[in-house]
Amino acid sequence: MNATSSTYDEKQYSTLNLGPTHPATHGIFQNILTMDGEMIVDSVSTVGYIHRAFEKLAEHRPYNQITPITDRLNYCSSPINNMGWHMTVEKLIGAEIPKRAQYMRVIIMELSRIADHIVCDTVIAVDTGAMTGFLHLFQYREWIYEIFEEICGARLTTNIGRIGGMERDFSPKAWEKLDHFLKNFPTGLREFQKLVDRNRIFMDRTINVGGITVDMALDYGFTGPNLRAAGVDYDVRVANPYSSYEDFEFDIPVGTNGDTYDRYMVRMEEMWQSLRIIEQAVKNIPDGAYHADLPEFYLPEKQDVYNKMEALIYHFKIVMGETAVPKGEVYHSVEGGNGELGFYLVSDGGRQPFRLHFRRPCFIYYQAYPDMIRGGMLSDAILTMSSMNVIAGELDA
Amino acid sequence: MSTTAIDIHPSYQPEGLEGQGFFATSLDKVVGLARANSLWPLPFATSCCGIEFMATMASHYDLARFGSERLSFSPRQADLLMVMGTISKKMGPILRQVYEQMAEPKWVLSMGACASSGGIFDTYSVLQGIDRIIPVDVYIPGCPPRPEQVLDGILQIQKLAESEERRRRESPEYKALLAQYGIE
Amino acid sequence: MSELLEIVKNKLQDKFGDAVLASEMHYDFPVFILKKELVKEALKFLKEDAELNFHFLTTMCGLHHPENPAESEFGLMYQLHNMPKNWRIRIKTFMSRENLDMLTVTDVWKTAGWMERQEFDFFGFNFVGHPNLKRILNMDEMNYFPMRKEYPLEDMQRDDKNDKMFGR
Repeated sequence: MNATSSTYDEKQYSTLNLGPTHPATHGIFQNILTMDGEMIVDSVSTVGYIHRAFEKLAEHRPYNQITPITDRLNYCSSPINNMGWHMTVEKLIGAEIPKRAQYMRVIIMELSRIADHIVCDTVIAVDTGAMTGFLHLFQYREWIYEIFEEICGARLTTNIGRIGGMERDFSPKAWEKLDHFLKNFPTGLREFQKLVDRNRIFMDRTINVGGITVDMALDYGFTGPNLRAAGVDYDVRVANPYSSYEDFEFDIPVGTNGDTYDRYMVRMEEMWQSLRIIEQAVKNIPDGAYHADLPEFYLPEKQDVYNKMEALIYHFKIVMGETAVPKGEVYHSVEGGNGELGFYLVSDGGRQPFRLHFRRPCFIYYQAYPDMIRGGMLSDAILTMSSMNVIAGELDA
Repeated sequence: MSTTAIDIHPSYQPEGLEGQGFFATSLDKVVGLARANSLWPLPFATSCCGIEFMATMASHYDLARFGSERLSFSPRQADLLMVMGTISKKMGPILRQVYEQMAEPKWVLSMGACASSGGIFDTYSVLQGIDRIIPVDVYIPGCPPRPEQVLDGILQIQKLAESEERRRRESPEYKALLAQYGIE
Repeated sequence: MSELLEIVKNKLQDKFGDAVLASEMHYDFPVFILKKELVKEALKFLKEDAELNFHFLTTMCGLHHPENPAESEFGLMYQLHNMPKNWRIRIKTFMSRENLDMLTVTDVWKTAGWMERQEFDFFGFNFVGHPNLKRILNMDEMNYFPMRKEYPLEDMQRDDKNDKMFGR
């Protein structure tokens, strides 16, 4: 630049590196921002900081060993990922799942949707300065984890269910805990909503911040709560029902602006709808078997393995991954915590998938982030990110 | 209400001379006591373990009971680097940089199977354990570990902090250890 | 869903003639295999046609079939969705290892930007016209395409794994 010319009327941009270990980004994402004072002019995202090669790993694992990998996609709602994977394989082998198992799956999936949305919504509140809500609602989230623990023995990365159904029936203790949760959670959620929903500061910080239009959202491949906040009523549970979702009555909350407040409110309302679904499922759950009659894929009872020849053979075959799987390609998607979580599975009949591609909603919609924060303030960009619920594990696979 | 007085026992009391209104012990021990009970952790949370750490921080498990609730996101002021979650090769240099920026004395806690050994991700993109790039004091097994385990890990670090000699960090052994990792 | 197969097949054949190499149902998905050169045009047509209106790119991914003949060793899969009618189709195309060029669809769907970068990162497809085609998940220094079948899952530089201990 010529030193003699006046620099007063020329814009000076500064570069700010946000991430990858910035405390406010809730995950490891790097954004190199071009700033005009406090305004964001442009940003470049770098991802891949926890790329763990899920797709390559899946090509080297037998079908039942892929479930633990799916846990670690969106770890805030692992059970949904597990169920999505089981249903994909069940579609491939053409298995019919008993109604009871389907309802059990619905209960688990909706519980984990609540757990997922609790994390996202409380974190939005934390980023606007409301730590209390976080501490309050996490207590209820702990109860959900206790239910999971009672059902499958793990809290976060659940590895819940099996190909063909559930690994065991819900214990009486699990029902009791579920009941306790259903009775008490509405109070807690209402308290949280009273604290945050109409809070002046919260509304000022979130309304008309980080908005996205319908066209842009569709162009960028948004799904899930983020797309619904923009105003499209697309929900995989309704569009392509799986696991008996057609039996339940629930609403799809839809926003209008696609801004941070709408995303927050859509998630809030989805928690209420999930509660509604769980209540219906608990009320109407039929008796019967909790797994399909699939000896080639479903691990037999341990007692039978010791006493029955057939069970022993099947146990060996399943554990060693020797069961024949039909050739073909299948796509199945579930409504994950963040949107359409799809599994594209190509099988060549071998013990492990020939190719497994995950449609990871986070990865797809996070690329809109630079467009969403352009022209806004830095502090709003943080809020936009947390309201999009970007989960690093799902993003980087 | 019960009227019994509650006896308060400090979790650890160093050896020393005790009398009416005074307690004398060596400076090392006092410093150790202070350090151990006011660790400022730097949460280097990358994935699933970070969510369990959130649960540890929150109301139910309440890490604040152990004097570690003040998270220091700046490595300069942190005493304890908590590495939680998978560290990929792309992330490795950043982790190392964060470690180098921390002031002595510093401790490293490796939480979960991924940080300790790579875990189930024995793949081309994942670093097979953070001890390949930085020295680690305490490992917590589990995938992810339960919050109780995390608390136990922090207590282990407190034990280390309590019993550390003041001049250990200047010792040739310590320098040799860092030299192994190529850290000045 | 097989009526959807007929509708799309007829439309595509009217427009592109014998570029449609195959069309069949795979479970609940109509799948069309197209000639590589016309894929971009066909995708654009499928999006812009008033009746079909596949306005949403659900996902795309690369495929590597070493067992296929050399001219169809690598493949790409695009999955489209028409939300109001709830129509979903899959488009596939195959190409040889020597010629991994493919016209980008980033100008049709913005969401293809990162998807294409990911497939470049994994398989080395060269998306012609992509605004920023570089590695996204792996390190820039990586000098191979890890998802190709000939490369192992494990880190090739590891020296701490004693084969004796693993029985191999």
